[in-house]
Amino acid sequence: MLKNITLGQYFPGDTVIHRLDPRIKILVALLFLVAVFVVRTMWGFLALTVLFAVIIALAKLGPVTILRSIRPLLFIIIFTFILNILFYSGQTVYWQWGFLTISKEGIEKAVFIAIRLVLLIVATSLLTLTTSPMQLTDGLESLLSPLKKIKFPVHEMSMMMSIAMRFIPTLIEETDRIMKAQTARGAEFDSGNLLKKAKNMIPLLVPLFVGAFKRADELALAMESRCYHGDEGRTRMKVLRLKRMDVWALVLMIAASVLFMVFL
Amino acid sequence: MEYVIDAQKIKYAYPTLEDAEPELALRGVTLQVEKGEFVAVLGHNGSGKSTFAKHINVLLRAQEGTLTVVGLDTADEANLWTIRSHAGMVFQNPDNQLVSTVVEEDVAFGPENLGVPQEQLRGRVTEALRAVGMEGFEKRAPHMLSGGQKQRIAIAGVLAMHPDIIVFDEPTAMLDPKGRAEVMETIRYLNKEAGKTIVLITHYMEEAAEADRVFVMSDGVVTDEGTPREVFSHKEKLEEAGLMPPLATQVYYDLKEKGLVLGKCPVTLKELVDELCR
Repeated sequence: MLKNITLGQYFPGDTVIHRLDPRIKILVALLFLVAVFVVRTMWGFLALTVLFAVIIALAKLGPVTILRSIRPLLFIIIFTFILNILFYSGQTVYWQWGFLTISKEGIEKAVFIAIRLVLLIVATSLLTLTTSPMQLTDGLESLLSPLKKIKFPVHEMSMMMSIAMRFIPTLIEETDRIMKAQTARGAEFDSGNLLKKAKNMIPLLVPLFVGAFKRADELALAMESRCYHGDEGRTRMKVLRLKRMDVWALVLMIAASVLFMVFL
Repeated sequence: MEYVIDAQKIKYAYPTLEDAEPELALRGVTLQVEKGEFVAVLGHNGSGKSTFAKHINVLLRAQEGTLTVVGLDTADEANLWTIRSHAGMVFQNPDNQLVSTVVEEDVAFGPENLGVPQEQLRGRVTEALRAVGMEGFEKRAPHMLSGGQKQRIAIAGVLAMHPDIIVFDEPTAMLDPKGRAEVMETIRYLNKEAGKTIVLITHYMEEAAEADRVFVMSDGVVTDEGTPREVFSHKEKLEEAGLMPPLATQVYYDLKEKGLVLGKCPVTLKELVDELCR
């Protein structure tokens, strides 16, 4: 169960979408996020869904991968869906009990928000699934590099981010291992109420944190021994360069998004 | 003779709380390594062998005594990055020394830090991955690889910096037998074919048996040195250091006690078999 987290997990491939410049992908993803919020008709959502579907197909991701990336947030989606149905006071009331009402408008609103959330997740997943964490941080570093002028530690930030991403699978594995070890010693992780469950997490979290600090220490040592000394004098194997394809993609996506936002 | 590593009576104590008496982890280590040599440093847990290894890379600085690496004094702050680029280091846990989620980017990390021009980086990565037998893994994610493969990626990462010396700090301690064999094979190749000076910190006698020279460390000092055959025959000295000679050598001496003397003292199983079948 723990190994299937795809949020922020790169799905390796060599498609047009994978090869696009990460900066372009970040900008387009941001654009999509705005579009998802601005568009307010079903037709607009449909248009965006079709657009995303085309991109998913181009990236050869397959529906399962996308669905899997939605799953961790399914609870929030359902939660907001129910809240919206029950608390939105519309005109055409179907059912009422105290302050809880189910109305036509409420259902519409709830459906809208659910679709919106799903599209938001899909839009961001499109970015993270087709862009390696390293490319992603490189892209961010490049996009944010003007901030270096005001002494904002852009390089350090991106280094921290990429290391965090590098260690996600490692720490998940470790969590798994500790869970098994503690279960073997009689610890229970699934029983009891919420408070009990939270308490049960302590024998998991303590060793996990201790281990993480130890790893951090060793990694720092390993990085130093490989001559890491910050941004200064550092070269890059992969320098981001815009290709014609990237420019076209950006122009096309801006055009499509603006079109959707204005007309739908 | 030219020594690429020349340690003279180096002492080191890890920082402790103010009132605690600092205990010396190294109490005067003297040790010299020639260019192109394959040297093993044997020792029990807490013998100071890893502490010593970290000195070669100037991750730690000797508090007393002198240590020169490739002719440069480690005490001089100005030499720090030059020494680190000449003396690479591979650590025990492969998971904790890989920085990137993509193999090729990880291998490029070292040379990138050295400021190697961009157009040469790709070549260095390809060359380093070939040397460790991991070509074709460029785009893979390290966490999907086996321990031995991860460790070889880590070696490639060091190799891409074109060091003269590579220090291995118990590189096989966390690996399964297959991974261990892969890593040892790589180390052998780097020494024999690529001409790198190798310092292998280990507590496996079988690994030390492959070295040109062996140093035994115990309690922060070098207690014995010589060829593996010489060192393994000093049974008492090994035992003092909390070590046991490798199985082949033990069998040789046990047979000798029982009155059966083989031709020469074997250090590997293969040599023992050859001797017995003669």
